[in-house]
Amino acid sequence: MLGVVAVTAPLGDTLLSVGMKRVGPVPLDHLSTLIYALRTPQILVGIALLICFFASYLASLSWADLTFVLPATSIGNVIVALLAKFWLHEQISPGRWIGILLITAGVGFVTQGPSYTEMVKECPVSGAEVRPS
Amino acid sequence: MSVLMPGRGLADATMIAAIVIFATAGDVFIASAMRGIGDLDDIKAARGLGGAALAVLGSGRFVSGVFFMALSFFSLLFALSHADLSLVAPASASLTFVTNAIAAKIFLKENVDRRRWIAAVFVCAGVALLAR
Repeated sequence: MLGVVAVTAPLGDTLLSVGMKRVGPVPLDHLSTLIYALRTPQILVGIALLICFFASYLASLSWADLTFVLPATSIGNVIVALLAKFWLHEQISPGRWIGILLITAGVGFVTQGPSYTEMVKECPVSGAEVRPS
Repeated sequence: MSVLMPGRGLADATMIAAIVIFATAGDVFIASAMRGIGDLDDIKAARGLGGAALAVLGSGRFVSGVFFMALSFFSLLFALSHADLSLVAPASASLTFVTNAIAAKIFLKENVDRRRWIAAVFVCAGVALLAR
């Protein structure tokens, strides 16, 4: 689930960016161009990926903490940078390699720990503290 | 370059702050809504996909979260028409990781331990470097 969040968000953004560059600048008095943009295949696939992203993001937040999900899924930025290098043969500058290392280290840190903060609830019958499973 | 123009730095900082604050509010509201609703897989198993979608869309906190995310998106569009993309995009994307950690600790009472602080700071720096 977290993998789907990590991959679909940056890939969807990238496809939208590629698609909109193909469409060109949209002037404010010709907003109908945006309808035309919906016929670009990259934009359609980008939107579909972003819908998948949002659904998996919501599902992840239903069983994990925000401070777990956000850093853990930032590995997607690294995946996209590496895809750009090995698939599109883009150059990665030393500064970007350091960024890739930092994100990977951060994801490593957070995924070593617990994913969910259990909220301590008062038991309504006995008044004893119980932890929800 | 924004640093060469006096007064531009403050305007850039204000626009970035608006994007970051709205994005953080959106994330916190949505996370709070999802925590309140419970495990979506269980709800889907009990009430089907439509039932799960209704549970999410019927949550006031979820709707508030989407509203703040939209505000953040339009602030980003506004900032992009006034400031450099190479400044606004990495700054807002990376700062959100740290503000989210602070907001999640205060408002969601999440257990943000040392491990999570380090992760938030590392990812913040990493995204800033990668998104340039």
